[in-house]
Amino acid sequence: MTNNTVISAKDLSLTFETNDGPVQALTNINLDISKGEFVSFIGPSGCGKTTFLRVMADLEKPTGGQITINGVSPEEARNARAYGYVFQAAGLYPWRTIGGNIRLPLEIMGYSKSDQAKRVQDVLKLVELSDFEKKFPWQLSGGMQQRASIARALAFDADILLMDEPFGALDEIVRDHLNEQLLDLWQRTNKTIGFVTHSIPEAVYLSTKIVVMSPRPGRISDVIESPLPAERPLDIRDSPEFIEIAQRVREGLRAGHGPE
Amino acid sequence: MRRSFFPVIVVISGLMAMWYIAVVPMNIKMALTDAERSGVVVNPSGAKERRDRSSIVLVAQNTFAIKATFALERPRLPAPHQVAIELWNSTINKKITSKRSLVFHGWITLSATLLGFAIGTGLGILLAIGIVYSRAMDMSVMPWAIASQTIPILAIAPMIIVVLNSVGVQGLLPKAIISAYLSFFPVVVGMVKGLRSPEQMQLDLLKTYNANSPQGFWKLRLPSSMPYLFASLKIGIAASLVGAIVGELPTGAVRGLGARLLSGSYYGQTIQIWSALLGAALLAATLVALIGLAQRITLKRMGMS
Repeated sequence: MTNNTVISAKDLSLTFETNDGPVQALTNINLDISKGEFVSFIGPSGCGKTTFLRVMADLEKPTGGQITINGVSPEEARNARAYGYVFQAAGLYPWRTIGGNIRLPLEIMGYSKSDQAKRVQDVLKLVELSDFEKKFPWQLSGGMQQRASIARALAFDADILLMDEPFGALDEIVRDHLNEQLLDLWQRTNKTIGFVTHSIPEAVYLSTKIVVMSPRPGRISDVIESPLPAERPLDIRDSPEFIEIAQRVREGLRAGHGPE
Repeated sequence: MRRSFFPVIVVISGLMAMWYIAVVPMNIKMALTDAERSGVVVNPSGAKERRDRSSIVLVAQNTFAIKATFALERPRLPAPHQVAIELWNSTINKKITSKRSLVFHGWITLSATLLGFAIGTGLGILLAIGIVYSRAMDMSVMPWAIASQTIPILAIAPMIIVVLNSVGVQGLLPKAIISAYLSFFPVVVGMVKGLRSPEQMQLDLLKTYNANSPQGFWKLRLPSSMPYLFASLKIGIAASLVGAIVGELPTGAVRGLGARLLSGSYYGQTIQIWSALLGAALLAATLVALIGLAQRITLKRMGMS
Protein backbone atom coordinates (compact mmCIF):
# COMPACT_ATOMS: atom_id res chain seq x y z
CA MET A 1 0.00 0.00 0.00
CA THR A 2 1.45 3.32 -1.11
CA ASN A 3 0.39 6.93 -0.60
CA ASN A 4 -1.45 6.68 -3.85
CA THR A 5 -3.66 3.82 -2.79
CA VAL A 6 -7.35 4.70 -2.81
CA ILE A 7 -8.92 1.32 -2.17
CA SER A 8 -7.16 -1.45 -0.31
CA ALA A 9 -8.61 -4.87 0.54
CA LYS A 10 -6.76 -7.35 2.74
CA ASP A 11 -7.91 -10.95 3.28
CA LEU A 12 -11.43 -9.66 2.74
CA SER A 13 -14.24 -12.17 3.00
CA LEU A 14 -18.01 -12.08 3.14
CA THR A 15 -20.31 -14.98 3.97
CA PHE A 16 -24.06 -14.65 3.50
CA GLU A 17 -26.19 -16.65 5.89
CA THR A 18 -29.03 -18.12 3.86
CA ASN A 19 -31.70 -20.68 4.59
CA ASP A 20 -29.66 -23.25 2.66
CA GLY A 21 -26.62 -22.61 4.84
CA PRO A 22 -23.76 -20.15 4.54
CA VAL A 23 -22.71 -18.93 1.08
CA GLN A 24 -19.18 -17.67 0.65
CA ALA A 25 -19.65 -14.68 -1.59
CA LEU A 26 -16.08 -13.43 -1.17
CA THR A 27 -12.97 -15.20 0.18
CA ASN A 28 -9.44 -14.08 0.59
CA ILE A 29 -9.68 -10.92 -1.48
CA ASN A 30 -6.44 -8.92 -1.65
CA LEU A 31 -6.37 -5.90 -3.93
CA ASP A 32 -4.94 -2.39 -4.03
CA ILE A 33 -6.35 0.25 -6.35
CA SER A 34 -4.36 3.44 -6.93
CA LYS A 35 -5.63 6.90 -7.59
CA GLY A 36 -6.79 7.45 -11.15
CA GLU A 37 -6.95 3.78 -12.06
CA PHE A 38 -9.78 2.29 -14.11
CA VAL A 39 -10.36 -1.16 -12.63
CA SER A 40 -12.77 -3.66 -14.14
CA PHE A 41 -14.16 -6.64 -12.26
CA ILE A 42 -15.12 -9.46 -14.58
CA GLY A 43 -16.37 -12.94 -13.94
CA PRO A 44 -19.40 -15.21 -14.25
CA SER A 45 -22.56 -14.77 -12.20
CA GLY A 46 -22.03 -15.55 -8.54
CA CYS A 47 -18.33 -14.69 -8.50
CA GLY A 48 -18.91 -11.85 -6.07
CA LYS A 49 -17.92 -8.93 -8.31
CA THR A 50 -21.03 -6.92 -7.51
CA THR A 51 -20.78 -7.90 -3.83
CA PHE A 52 -17.19 -6.63 -3.77
CA LEU A 53 -18.29 -3.32 -5.25
CA ARG A 54 -21.11 -3.09 -2.72
CA VAL A 55 -18.64 -3.75 0.11
CA MET A 56 -16.55 -0.82 -1.14
CA ALA A 57 -19.71 1.29 -1.10
CA ASP A 58 -20.70 0.13 2.40
CA LEU A 59 -23.89 -1.38 1.01
CA GLU A 60 -22.70 -4.77 2.36
CA LYS A 61 -20.63 -5.44 5.47
CA PRO A 62 -17.65 -7.82 5.12
CA THR A 63 -17.50 -10.69 7.61
CA GLY A 64 -13.71 -10.96 7.63
CA GLY A 65 -10.52 -9.09 6.72
CA GLN A 66 -10.04 -5.37 6.20
CA ILE A 67 -10.93 -2.87 3.54
CA THR A 68 -10.13 0.83 3.47
CA ILE A 69 -11.36 3.54 1.12
CA ASN A 70 -9.17 6.67 1.10
CA GLY A 71 -7.54 5.22 4.23
CA VAL A 72 -10.76 4.98 6.22
CA SER A 73 -13.53 2.40 6.58
CA PRO A 74 -16.18 2.15 3.84
CA GLU A 75 -18.77 3.54 6.25
CA GLU A 76 -16.70 6.64 6.99
CA ALA A 77 -16.02 7.01 3.28
CA ARG A 78 -19.73 6.78 2.56
CA ASN A 79 -20.53 9.32 5.25
CA ALA A 80 -17.91 11.60 3.69
CA ARG A 81 -19.60 11.03 0.30
CA ALA A 82 -16.35 9.79 -1.18
CA TYR A 83 -17.85 7.96 -4.13
CA GLY A 84 -20.60 8.09 -6.71
CA TYR A 85 -22.42 4.85 -7.46
CA VAL A 86 -24.03 3.90 -10.77
CA PHE A 87 -26.43 0.97 -10.74
CA GLN A 88 -27.31 -1.43 -13.54
CA ALA A 89 -30.64 0.35 -14.05
CA ALA A 90 -30.59 4.12 -14.38
CA GLY A 91 -33.12 4.40 -11.54
CA LEU A 92 -34.07 8.00 -12.29
CA TYR A 93 -37.02 9.34 -10.34
CA PRO A 94 -39.92 9.50 -12.82
CA TRP A 95 -41.36 12.59 -11.09
CA ARG A 96 -38.17 14.60 -11.52
CA THR A 97 -36.80 16.06 -14.73
CA ILE A 98 -33.32 15.05 -15.83
CA GLY A 99 -31.98 18.22 -14.23
CA GLY A 100 -34.03 17.49 -11.11
CA ASN A 101 -32.61 13.99 -10.89
CA ILE A 102 -29.06 15.26 -11.10
CA ARG A 103 -29.89 17.86 -8.47
CA LEU A 104 -31.09 15.14 -6.07
CA PRO A 105 -27.70 14.32 -4.48
CA LEU A 106 -26.83 18.02 -4.45
CA GLU A 107 -30.02 18.87 -2.54
CA ILE A 108 -29.36 16.08 -0.07
CA MET A 109 -25.79 17.20 0.43
CA GLY A 110 -26.84 20.80 0.95
CA TYR A 111 -25.23 22.57 -2.00
CA SER A 112 -26.44 26.13 -2.57
CA LYS A 113 -29.08 26.75 -5.23
CA SER A 114 -26.71 28.57 -7.55
CA ASP A 115 -24.02 25.92 -7.12
CA GLN A 116 -26.60 23.23 -7.87
CA ALA A 117 -27.63 24.91 -11.10
CA LYS A 118 -24.04 25.34 -12.23
CA ARG A 119 -23.08 21.76 -11.45
CA VAL A 120 -26.13 20.37 -13.25
CA GLN A 121 -25.15 22.38 -16.33
CA ASP A 122 -21.56 21.16 -16.12
CA VAL A 123 -22.24 17.44 -15.78
CA LEU A 124 -25.00 17.54 -18.40
CA LYS A 125 -22.45 18.98 -20.80
CA LEU A 126 -20.01 16.26 -19.77
CA VAL A 127 -22.44 13.49 -20.74
CA GLU A 128 -23.77 15.44 -23.76
CA LEU A 129 -27.31 15.86 -22.48
CA SER A 130 -27.42 19.66 -22.21
CA ASP A 131 -30.63 19.94 -24.22
CA PHE A 132 -32.49 17.51 -21.99
CA GLU A 133 -32.37 19.20 -18.59
CA LYS A 134 -36.11 19.93 -18.57
CA LYS A 135 -37.19 16.57 -20.03
CA PHE A 136 -38.65 13.77 -17.95
CA PRO A 137 -36.91 10.36 -17.89
CA TRP A 138 -39.60 8.62 -19.95
CA GLN A 139 -38.85 11.02 -22.78
CA LEU A 140 -35.26 9.69 -23.05
CA SER A 141 -33.88 6.44 -24.51
CA GLY A 142 -32.34 3.82 -22.23
CA GLY A 143 -28.80 4.87 -23.14
CA MET A 144 -29.55 8.53 -22.45
CA GLN A 145 -31.13 7.63 -19.11
CA GLN A 146 -27.99 5.73 -18.15
CA ARG A 147 -25.86 8.74 -19.15
CA ALA A 148 -28.06 10.90 -16.94
CA SER A 149 -27.51 8.49 -14.05
CA ILE A 150 -23.75 8.75 -14.59
CA ALA A 151 -24.08 12.53 -14.58
CA ARG A 152 -25.95 12.22 -11.29
CA ALA A 153 -23.03 10.28 -9.80
CA LEU A 154 -20.55 12.87 -11.10
CA ALA A 155 -22.44 15.94 -9.91
CA PHE A 156 -20.86 16.04 -6.47
CA ASP A 157 -17.14 15.99 -5.87
CA ALA A 158 -16.46 12.31 -5.30
CA ASP A 159 -13.05 11.07 -6.45
CA ILE A 160 -14.27 7.52 -6.82
CA LEU A 161 -16.87 6.27 -9.26
CA LEU A 162 -18.26 2.78 -8.65
CA MET A 163 -20.25 1.33 -11.55
CA ASP A 164 -22.18 -1.92 -11.37
CA GLU A 165 -22.73 -3.19 -14.93
CA PRO A 166 -24.01 0.23 -15.96
CA PHE A 167 -24.29 -0.70 -19.64
CA GLY A 168 -25.44 -4.28 -19.14
CA ALA A 169 -28.99 -3.66 -20.31
CA LEU A 170 -28.05 -1.67 -23.41
CA ASP A 171 -27.49 -2.82 -26.97
CA GLU A 172 -24.03 -3.24 -28.49
CA ILE A 173 -24.03 -0.01 -30.52
CA VAL A 174 -25.12 2.23 -27.66
CA ARG A 175 -22.71 0.40 -25.42
CA ASP A 176 -19.72 1.09 -27.71
CA HIS A 177 -20.61 4.74 -27.80
CA LEU A 178 -20.99 4.99 -24.04
CA ASN A 179 -17.72 3.13 -23.48
CA GLU A 180 -15.93 5.70 -25.63
CA GLN A 181 -17.60 8.54 -23.74
CA LEU A 182 -16.78 6.98 -20.39
CA LEU A 183 -13.08 6.67 -21.26
CA ASP A 184 -13.05 10.28 -22.36
CA LEU A 185 -14.79 11.35 -19.18
CA TRP A 186 -12.37 9.36 -17.01
CA GLN A 187 -9.37 10.98 -18.68
CA ARG A 188 -10.79 14.45 -18.21
CA THR A 189 -11.89 14.05 -14.60
CA ASN A 190 -9.06 11.83 -13.34
CA LYS A 191 -11.42 9.82 -11.15
CA THR A 192 -10.73 6.36 -9.80
CA ILE A 193 -13.25 4.01 -11.34
CA GLY A 194 -14.41 0.56 -10.24
CA PHE A 195 -16.40 -1.06 -13.01
CA VAL A 196 -18.25 -4.39 -12.89
CA THR A 197 -18.95 -6.06 -16.23
CA HIS A 198 -19.81 -9.33 -17.92
CA SER A 199 -18.17 -8.36 -21.18
CA ILE A 200 -14.54 -9.20 -21.95
CA PRO A 201 -14.13 -6.59 -24.75
CA GLU A 202 -15.65 -3.92 -22.51
CA ALA A 203 -13.31 -4.78 -19.64
CA VAL A 204 -10.20 -4.82 -21.84
CA TYR A 205 -11.14 -1.68 -23.73
CA LEU A 206 -11.80 0.43 -20.66
CA SER A 207 -9.43 -0.73 -17.97
CA THR A 208 -5.95 -0.04 -16.73
CA LYS A 209 -6.39 -3.07 -14.49
CA ILE A 210 -8.61 -6.08 -15.02
CA VAL A 211 -9.59 -8.19 -12.01
CA VAL A 212 -10.76 -11.64 -13.08
CA MET A 213 -12.98 -13.33 -10.51
CA SER A 214 -14.40 -16.82 -10.19
CA PRO A 215 -17.30 -18.29 -8.24
CA ARG A 216 -17.88 -20.84 -5.44
CA PRO A 217 -16.30 -19.42 -3.40
CA GLY A 218 -16.04 -15.92 -4.89
CA ARG A 219 -12.37 -15.06 -5.28
CA ILE A 220 -9.84 -13.23 -7.46
CA SER A 221 -8.23 -15.59 -9.94
CA ASP A 222 -6.12 -13.11 -11.94
CA VAL A 223 -5.17 -9.43 -11.93
CA ILE A 224 -4.05 -8.10 -15.31
CA GLU A 225 -2.31 -4.74 -15.70
CA SER A 226 -3.25 -3.50 -19.13
CA PRO A 227 -0.35 -2.39 -21.38
CA LEU A 228 -2.72 -0.50 -23.68
CA PRO A 229 -2.05 3.25 -24.06
CA ALA A 230 -4.29 5.75 -22.37
CA GLU A 231 -5.51 7.02 -25.74
CA ARG A 232 -7.83 4.31 -27.06
CA PRO A 233 -9.78 4.65 -30.28
CA LEU A 234 -12.49 2.03 -30.77
CA ASP A 235 -10.45 0.19 -33.40
CA ILE A 236 -7.78 -0.60 -30.83
CA ARG A 237 -9.95 -3.63 -30.24
CA ASP A 238 -8.55 -5.19 -33.41
CA SER A 239 -4.90 -4.75 -32.36
CA PRO A 240 -2.81 -7.79 -31.38
CA GLU A 241 -2.19 -6.43 -27.87
CA PHE A 242 -5.90 -6.11 -27.26
CA ILE A 243 -6.59 -9.62 -28.49
CA GLU A 244 -3.76 -10.94 -26.34
CA ILE A 245 -5.18 -9.41 -23.15
CA ALA A 246 -8.66 -10.58 -24.03
CA GLN A 247 -7.20 -14.06 -24.48
CA ARG A 248 -5.62 -13.91 -21.02
CA VAL A 249 -8.88 -12.77 -19.44
CA ARG A 250 -10.70 -15.62 -21.14
CA GLU A 251 -8.16 -18.13 -19.84
CA GLY A 252 -8.48 -16.69 -16.36
CA LEU A 253 -12.24 -17.09 -16.51
CA ARG A 254 -11.89 -20.65 -17.77
CA ALA A 255 -9.33 -21.60 -15.11
CA GLY A 256 -11.57 -20.15 -12.43
CA HIS A 257 -14.40 -22.32 -13.58
CA GLY A 258 -12.35 -25.47 -12.89
CA PRO A 259 -12.90 -28.73 -14.70
CA GLU A 260 -16.70 -28.44 -14.85
CA MET B 1 -65.15 10.82 -25.98
CA ARG B 2 -67.28 10.56 -29.09
CA ARG B 3 -66.46 6.91 -29.64
CA SER B 4 -67.52 5.96 -26.12
CA PHE B 5 -70.73 8.01 -26.32
CA PHE B 6 -72.79 5.46 -28.23
CA PRO B 7 -71.91 2.39 -26.08
CA VAL B 8 -72.54 4.39 -22.91
CA ILE B 9 -75.98 5.43 -24.15
CA VAL B 10 -76.77 1.82 -25.07
CA VAL B 11 -75.81 0.54 -21.61
CA ILE B 12 -77.79 3.26 -19.83
CA SER B 13 -80.88 2.70 -21.98
CA GLY B 14 -80.59 -1.02 -21.29
CA LEU B 15 -80.54 -0.40 -17.54
CA MET B 16 -83.47 2.01 -17.78
CA ALA B 17 -85.47 -0.50 -19.85
CA MET B 18 -84.86 -3.20 -17.25
CA TRP B 19 -85.93 -0.83 -14.51
CA TYR B 20 -89.18 0.06 -16.30
CA ILE B 21 -89.91 -3.60 -17.01
CA ALA B 22 -89.35 -4.47 -13.33
CA VAL B 23 -91.72 -1.70 -12.22
CA VAL B 24 -94.76 -3.41 -13.80
CA PRO B 25 -94.83 -6.71 -11.84
CA MET B 26 -93.52 -5.04 -8.67
CA ASN B 27 -96.43 -2.59 -8.54
CA ILE B 28 -99.20 -4.54 -10.25
CA LYS B 29 -100.98 -5.71 -7.07
CA MET B 30 -101.09 -2.21 -5.68
CA ALA B 31 -102.30 -0.81 -9.00
CA LEU B 32 -105.05 -3.45 -9.25
CA THR B 33 -106.23 -2.74 -5.71
CA ASP B 34 -106.49 0.95 -6.54
CA ALA B 35 -108.32 0.15 -9.77
CA GLU B 36 -110.78 -2.13 -8.02
CA ARG B 37 -111.49 0.56 -5.45
CA SER B 38 -112.41 2.97 -8.19
CA GLY B 39 -114.86 0.46 -9.63
CA VAL B 40 -112.93 -1.20 -12.46
CA VAL B 41 -113.39 -4.93 -12.94
CA VAL B 42 -110.21 -6.76 -12.12
CA ASN B 43 -109.33 -10.39 -12.82
CA PRO B 44 -109.45 -12.05 -10.32
CA SER B 45 -111.41 -9.75 -8.09
CA GLY B 46 -110.51 -9.25 -4.41
CA ALA B 47 -107.05 -8.36 -3.03
CA LYS B 48 -107.03 -11.57 -0.99
CA GLU B 49 -107.49 -13.65 -4.13
CA ARG B 50 -104.60 -11.88 -5.82
CA ARG B 51 -102.19 -12.04 -2.89
CA ASP B 52 -100.70 -15.41 -3.72
CA ARG B 53 -100.91 -15.08 -7.49
CA SER B 54 -97.77 -14.61 -9.54
CA SER B 55 -97.28 -10.93 -10.41
CA ILE B 56 -96.42 -11.82 -13.99
CA VAL B 57 -99.69 -13.71 -14.43
CA LEU B 58 -101.60 -10.77 -12.96
CA VAL B 59 -99.95 -8.43 -15.44
CA ALA B 60 -100.92 -10.75 -18.30
CA GLN B 61 -104.53 -10.92 -17.13
CA ASN B 62 -104.88 -7.18 -16.47
CA THR B 63 -102.88 -5.43 -19.18
CA PHE B 64 -105.06 -2.31 -18.78
CA ALA B 65 -103.37 -1.63 -15.41
CA ILE B 66 -99.80 -1.47 -16.76
CA LYS B 67 -99.96 2.26 -17.26
CA ALA B 68 -101.11 2.76 -13.68
CA THR B 69 -98.08 0.90 -12.27
CA PHE B 70 -95.88 3.79 -13.41
CA ALA B 71 -97.94 6.46 -11.66
CA LEU B 72 -98.62 5.18 -8.14
CA GLU B 73 -98.19 7.62 -5.31
CA ARG B 74 -96.37 5.18 -3.05
CA PRO B 75 -95.17 2.44 -5.38
CA ARG B 76 -93.17 -0.51 -4.21
CA LEU B 77 -90.66 0.33 -6.93
CA PRO B 78 -90.95 3.84 -8.37
CA ALA B 79 -90.41 4.31 -12.08
CA PRO B 80 -87.26 6.19 -13.16
CA HIS B 81 -89.19 9.25 -14.30
CA GLN B 82 -90.94 9.48 -10.91
CA VAL B 83 -87.56 9.48 -9.18
CA ALA B 84 -86.23 12.00 -11.69
CA ILE B 85 -89.18 14.34 -11.16
CA GLU B 86 -88.88 14.06 -7.37
CA LEU B 87 -85.14 14.70 -7.67
CA TRP B 88 -85.84 17.76 -9.81
CA ASN B 89 -88.53 19.09 -7.48
CA SER B 90 -86.48 18.59 -4.35
CA THR B 91 -83.33 20.19 -5.74
CA ILE B 92 -83.90 22.76 -8.47
CA ASN B 93 -87.48 23.67 -7.59
CA LYS B 94 -86.87 24.19 -3.87
CA LYS B 95 -85.12 26.97 -2.03
CA ILE B 96 -81.97 25.40 -0.65
CA THR B 97 -82.83 26.62 2.82
CA SER B 98 -86.06 24.58 2.76
CA LYS B 99 -86.26 21.44 4.90
CA ARG B 100 -87.61 19.68 1.81
CA SER B 101 -84.65 20.58 -0.35
CA LEU B 102 -82.33 17.68 -1.13
CA VAL B 103 -79.54 20.20 -1.65
CA PHE B 104 -79.98 21.31 1.96
CA HIS B 105 -79.85 17.73 3.24
CA GLY B 106 -77.03 16.88 0.87
CA TRP B 107 -74.96 19.77 2.21
CA ILE B 108 -75.47 18.58 5.81
CA THR B 109 -74.18 15.14 4.86
CA LEU B 110 -71.44 16.51 2.61
CA SER B 111 -69.98 18.69 5.36
CA ALA B 112 -69.75 15.67 7.69
CA THR B 113 -68.31 13.64 4.83
CA LEU B 114 -65.58 16.16 4.03
CA LEU B 115 -64.60 16.67 7.67
CA GLY B 116 -64.55 12.89 8.21
CA PHE B 117 -62.57 12.37 5.02
CA ALA B 118 -59.99 14.93 6.13
CA ILE B 119 -59.66 13.33 9.58
CA GLY B 120 -59.55 9.81 8.10
CA THR B 121 -57.00 10.69 5.45
CA GLY B 122 -54.74 12.49 7.92
CA LEU B 123 -54.98 9.65 10.41
CA GLY B 124 -54.45 7.07 7.67
CA ILE B 125 -51.30 8.78 6.38
CA LEU B 126 -49.88 9.18 9.90
CA LEU B 127 -50.56 5.54 10.74
CA ALA B 128 -49.00 4.42 7.45
CA ILE B 129 -45.84 6.43 8.18
CA GLY B 130 -45.69 4.87 11.64
CA ILE B 131 -46.18 1.39 10.21
CA VAL B 132 -43.48 1.84 7.57
CA TYR B 133 -40.90 3.36 9.92
CA SER B 134 -41.57 1.45 13.13
CA ARG B 135 -41.46 -2.31 13.29
CA ALA B 136 -43.42 -2.28 16.53
CA MET B 137 -46.23 -0.33 14.90
CA ASP B 138 -46.11 -2.58 11.86
CA MET B 139 -46.72 -5.60 14.09
CA SER B 140 -49.26 -3.98 16.39
CA VAL B 141 -51.33 -1.44 14.46
CA MET B 142 -52.12 -3.28 11.23
CA PRO B 143 -54.08 -6.16 12.85
CA TRP B 144 -56.20 -3.62 14.76
CA ALA B 145 -56.82 -1.59 11.65
CA ILE B 146 -58.02 -4.71 9.86
CA ALA B 147 -60.13 -5.80 12.84
CA SER B 148 -61.74 -2.35 13.00
CA GLN B 149 -63.14 -2.85 9.51
CA THR B 150 -64.68 -6.24 10.26
CA ILE B 151 -67.07 -4.67 12.78
CA PRO B 152 -70.35 -3.70 11.06
CA ILE B 153 -70.41 0.09 11.02
CA LEU B 154 -74.16 0.01 11.63
CA ALA B 155 -73.50 -1.68 14.98
CA ILE B 156 -70.78 0.65 16.16
CA ALA B 157 -72.19 3.94 14.83
CA PRO B 158 -74.88 4.34 17.56
CA MET B 159 -72.29 3.62 20.24
CA ILE B 160 -69.95 6.27 18.90
CA ILE B 161 -72.79 8.79 18.80
CA VAL B 162 -73.95 7.91 22.32
CA VAL B 163 -70.46 7.92 23.84
CA LEU B 164 -69.57 11.24 22.21
CA ASN B 165 -72.92 12.70 23.20
CA SER B 166 -72.30 11.80 26.83
CA VAL B 167 -69.07 13.80 26.78
CA GLY B 168 -70.84 16.70 25.17
CA VAL B 169 -69.74 16.30 21.55
CA GLN B 170 -72.69 16.75 19.21
CA GLY B 171 -73.59 17.80 15.71
CA LEU B 172 -71.11 17.48 12.89
CA LEU B 173 -68.21 15.82 14.67
CA PRO B 174 -69.75 12.45 15.69
CA LYS B 175 -70.87 11.85 12.10
CA ALA B 176 -67.46 12.93 10.83
CA ILE B 177 -65.80 10.45 13.18
CA ILE B 178 -67.88 7.61 11.77
CA SER B 179 -66.87 8.81 8.30
CA ALA B 180 -63.25 8.84 9.36
CA TYR B 181 -63.62 5.36 10.85
CA LEU B 182 -64.51 4.03 7.41
CA SER B 183 -62.15 6.14 5.32
CA PHE B 184 -58.86 5.83 7.21
CA PHE B 185 -58.49 2.16 6.35
CA PRO B 186 -58.05 2.30 2.56
CA VAL B 187 -55.63 5.19 3.10
CA VAL B 188 -53.54 3.17 5.57
CA VAL B 189 -53.39 0.16 3.28
CA GLY B 190 -52.63 2.21 0.16
CA MET B 191 -50.06 4.44 1.81
CA VAL B 192 -48.19 1.54 3.46
CA LYS B 193 -47.96 -0.07 0.04
CA GLY B 194 -47.00 3.25 -1.57
CA LEU B 195 -44.37 4.23 0.98
CA ARG B 196 -42.83 0.79 0.56
CA SER B 197 -42.96 0.93 -3.23
CA PRO B 198 -39.41 2.27 -3.87
CA GLU B 199 -37.07 -0.50 -5.01
CA GLN B 200 -34.07 -1.57 -2.96
CA MET B 201 -31.86 0.08 -5.57
CA GLN B 202 -33.52 3.46 -4.96
CA LEU B 203 -32.97 3.09 -1.22
CA ASP B 204 -29.35 2.03 -1.78
CA LEU B 205 -28.81 5.08 -3.95
CA LEU B 206 -29.95 7.39 -1.14
CA LYS B 207 -27.68 5.47 1.22
CA THR B 208 -24.70 6.19 -1.01
CA TYR B 209 -25.57 9.89 -0.67
CA ASN B 210 -25.63 9.42 3.11
CA ALA B 211 -29.17 10.82 3.06
CA ASN B 212 -30.97 10.94 6.39
CA SER B 213 -34.35 9.45 7.08
CA PRO B 214 -36.49 12.58 6.57
CA GLN B 215 -34.75 13.19 3.23
CA GLY B 216 -35.58 9.63 2.20
CA PHE B 217 -39.19 10.26 3.14
CA TRP B 218 -39.68 13.62 1.44
CA LYS B 219 -37.59 12.97 -1.68
CA LEU B 220 -38.29 9.31 -2.36
CA ARG B 221 -40.99 7.56 -0.33
CA LEU B 222 -43.67 10.26 -0.36
CA PRO B 223 -43.51 11.06 -4.10
CA SER B 224 -43.42 7.32 -4.89
CA SER B 225 -46.60 6.79 -2.90
CA MET B 226 -48.70 9.38 -4.76
CA PRO B 227 -50.39 7.03 -7.26
CA TYR B 228 -51.28 4.69 -4.37
CA LEU B 229 -52.57 7.58 -2.27
CA PHE B 230 -54.98 8.74 -4.95
CA ALA B 231 -56.35 5.24 -5.50
CA SER B 232 -56.97 5.06 -1.75
CA LEU B 233 -58.54 8.51 -1.60
CA LYS B 234 -61.12 7.50 -4.21
CA ILE B 235 -62.22 4.57 -2.07
CA GLY B 236 -61.90 6.68 1.07
CA ILE B 237 -64.18 9.51 -0.07
CA ALA B 238 -66.93 7.10 -1.10
CA ALA B 239 -66.60 5.29 2.22
CA SER B 240 -66.73 8.66 4.01
CA LEU B 241 -70.08 9.45 2.43
CA VAL B 242 -71.46 6.06 3.43
CA GLY B 243 -70.15 6.69 6.96
CA ALA B 244 -71.85 10.09 7.18
CA ILE B 245 -75.17 8.68 5.97
CA VAL B 246 -74.96 5.74 8.36
CA GLY B 247 -74.09 8.19 11.13
CA GLU B 248 -77.40 9.95 10.52
CA LEU B 249 -79.52 6.80 10.68
CA PRO B 250 -79.41 5.65 14.31
CA THR B 251 -79.73 9.08 15.87
CA GLY B 252 -83.09 10.01 14.53
CA ALA B 253 -81.44 12.95 12.85
CA VAL B 254 -83.82 15.27 11.04
CA ARG B 255 -81.27 16.72 8.68
CA GLY B 256 -79.06 15.01 6.11
CA LEU B 257 -79.44 12.39 3.38
CA GLY B 258 -79.59 9.65 6.02
CA ALA B 259 -82.44 11.42 7.79
CA ARG B 260 -84.20 11.75 4.47
CA LEU B 261 -83.88 7.99 3.86
CA LEU B 262 -85.14 7.29 7.37
CA SER B 263 -88.19 9.57 7.20
CA GLY B 264 -88.97 8.20 3.74
CA SER B 265 -89.09 4.70 5.12
CA TYR B 266 -91.20 5.74 8.14
CA TYR B 267 -93.88 7.19 5.89
CA GLY B 268 -93.61 4.72 3.03
CA GLN B 269 -92.36 7.47 0.72
CA THR B 270 -90.46 5.20 -1.65
CA ILE B 271 -90.01 7.94 -4.23
CA GLN B 272 -88.36 10.12 -1.59
CA ILE B 273 -86.07 7.22 -0.55
CA TRP B 274 -85.05 6.53 -4.11
CA SER B 275 -84.39 10.14 -4.91
CA ALA B 276 -82.28 10.50 -1.75
CA LEU B 277 -80.39 7.33 -2.73
CA LEU B 278 -79.84 8.61 -6.23
CA GLY B 279 -78.80 11.99 -4.83
CA ALA B 280 -76.26 10.26 -2.58
CA ALA B 281 -74.97 8.24 -5.51
CA LEU B 282 -74.58 11.37 -7.66
CA LEU B 283 -72.80 13.11 -4.79
CA ALA B 284 -70.42 10.15 -4.38
CA ALA B 285 -69.76 10.04 -8.13
CA THR B 286 -68.99 13.76 -8.13
CA LEU B 287 -66.61 13.45 -5.17
CA VAL B 288 -64.78 10.50 -6.73
CA ALA B 289 -64.56 12.41 -10.02
CA LEU B 290 -63.07 15.42 -8.21
CA ILE B 291 -60.40 13.18 -6.62
CA GLY B 292 -59.76 11.72 -10.07
CA LEU B 293 -59.28 15.23 -11.42
CA ALA B 294 -56.85 16.10 -8.61
CA GLN B 295 -55.02 12.87 -9.37
CA ARG B 296 -54.68 13.68 -13.06
CA ILE B 297 -53.42 17.19 -12.38
CA THR B 298 -50.97 16.12 -9.67
CA LEU B 299 -49.53 13.16 -11.55
CA LYS B 300 -49.26 15.19 -14.73
CA ARG B 301 -47.32 17.86 -12.89
CA MET B 302 -45.10 15.14 -11.48
CA GLY B 303 -44.50 13.76 -14.98
CA MET B 304 -45.95 10.43 -13.93
CA SER B 305 -49.05 10.13 -16.08
